[in-house]
Amino acid sequence: MEDKLVIGGRELKSRLFVGTGKFHSNRIIPEVIRSSGAQVVTVALRRVDFDSPDENILEHIPEECILMPNTSGARNAEEAVRIAKLARSAGCGNWIKIEVISDNKYLLPDNYETTKATEILVKEGFVVLPYMTPDLMDAKRMRDAGAAAVMPLGAPIGTNKGLKTKEMVRILVDEIDIPVIVDAGLGKPSHAAEAMEIGADAVLVNTALATAGNPVMMGEAFGLAVKAGRKAYLAGAGAVKNFAEASSPLTGFLD
Amino acid sequence: MSFYEKYLQYKDLSPDVFEHITDADVLRVLNKDHLLEGDLLVLLSKPAEKFLEPMARRAQQLTFQHFGRVIFLYAPIYLANYCTNHCVYCGFGTHNRISRRRLSLEEVETEGRILASTGIKHTLILTGESREKSSVSYIKDCVEVLKKYFTSIAIEVYSLEEQEYEELVNAGVDGMTMYQEVYNEDTYATLHLKGPKSNYRYRLDTPERAAQAGMRSVNIGALLGLEEWRTEAFFTGLHARYLQDKFPETEIGFSMPRIRPHKGAFQPKFEVSDRNLVQFMLAMRLFMPRVSIAVSTRERAQFRDNLIGLGVTRMSAGSSTEVGGYGSAEKTEGQFDISDERSVREIKEMIYNKGFQPVFKDWQAI
Repeated sequence: MEDKLVIGGRELKSRLFVGTGKFHSNRIIPEVIRSSGAQVVTVALRRVDFDSPDENILEHIPEECILMPNTSGARNAEEAVRIAKLARSAGCGNWIKIEVISDNKYLLPDNYETTKATEILVKEGFVVLPYMTPDLMDAKRMRDAGAAAVMPLGAPIGTNKGLKTKEMVRILVDEIDIPVIVDAGLGKPSHAAEAMEIGADAVLVNTALATAGNPVMMGEAFGLAVKAGRKAYLAGAGAVKNFAEASSPLTGFLD
Repeated sequence: MSFYEKYLQYKDLSPDVFEHITDADVLRVLNKDHLLEGDLLVLLSKPAEKFLEPMARRAQQLTFQHFGRVIFLYAPIYLANYCTNHCVYCGFGTHNRISRRRLSLEEVETEGRILASTGIKHTLILTGESREKSSVSYIKDCVEVLKKYFTSIAIEVYSLEEQEYEELVNAGVDGMTMYQEVYNEDTYATLHLKGPKSNYRYRLDTPERAAQAGMRSVNIGALLGLEEWRTEAFFTGLHARYLQDKFPETEIGFSMPRIRPHKGAFQPKFEVSDRNLVQFMLAMRLFMPRVSIAVSTRERAQFRDNLIGLGVTRMSAGSSTEVGGYGSAEKTEGQFDISDERSVREIKEMIYNKGFQPVFKDWQAI
């Protein structure tokens, strides 16, 4: 069976999505995208400097990529909707990652406002990918509202702490029949592999790449980890047991 | 509750408290994840000066984690320099005989156009403190003109009422700066002799009114040199955290302005060295990892360059502190003398050379 990931009618070649904030130079972004093999790239509309060719981040995103603007800076559903519409009218396409954060201390997403924004933007014809705290009921509401995927966080954004929400994400993977993309908190390729091994459909990484000593090489490492994790998931990992079980049993001669 | 109640809790804090911290206290705090008020006191202490390097490493790691390797740029526009206050340290005060003016809307347009042509997208407009000469409706008119040129407009004007802040938010202002100047209430009274600004409590509650009115970002600070810096830094930290806790939607920032020479020649009573300023900044980054930290062109170029990577997130560039300083033939005295006179282009290059991305646009009116 072919292993395809389809979102918003687009068949994606890569299960690694990348963000574009925090890099020491916008000029390195295309290299990171290439080394990681990422196809979907998220950009904060607030940062897009349309008037300045030199500093416009969009100029650094390869044409073959799918642009997924995000609503960073939105404090409620209404602001997220306004930002999404601005992004579309500025020619950034109709994919939108909803980010609604009303808490500057921990930067945790506001699921309630995010759900409201999802409902509105789906009706407006957007391909909506909401960033959320992994909660099964909220994920169902977002799915029912027409979200193209849900994007639960692995750990608070920027922390590089790994898949701290593993059990909650696992429940979403089991119960939600739209793609589950683990976003935020994944700091190492092994974290990304872990998310993929439990059945996440894709992961989104930004800080781990931007703050790496060598972002381009780290991009490649994440690309490989995502592929490895996905393969492992498809292969079906063996059961974890409490007792050692030799592959050549000592009592085999009795059979 | 107002921040004043928090201030009263620590009002009688003796500067001696900073002397009784041990090395073990500092090491304990350096290894904590979430810092409490007492921990900030430890990091601001004299003994903590020995630990600036490990503090800097931690501050750098937190800054990279939360902001990335980027520096946000902005520049001020001085719209007017009329003032009704007598603050003994300020070049704009009523007691100083300097030429006073207020820009016409045409002049505001010229200033905006010239500043924007340097690539600046975020501006901070300043009026001096005269409600009569620079009314809220004048500020609104200026914002209307400047919107064409800037994606984000912040204000640094006299203290307003909450409903006035609301009007300005609706007009397109998204940030405000209000320096308490000095947190020590007794010292405040000796330095602010006349005018509305002499009301300590009204000024102290100003950032709160702005946040309540929906201002996206609120920037506070103490003017360093007016009091013992360690206690002032401590109160700045308490104030910032108080605001962040009470208004989680608002982005809280602070600056560490040091008194610069100006007409009137007020000599600061308390010296604040480069080392002190760095300790203040590092302690604040550890105390509030997400707080935004601005450093203006009051500081020397080389010093500013060295602060990049230690915790600073916002820098002004190519600034003029004169009314009509960018485009007008008729210039006034600046509010303070600028130490870093490099152009926006030069600052941009410097930031790139330090291995950081200069960011001109981080918000737009929505």
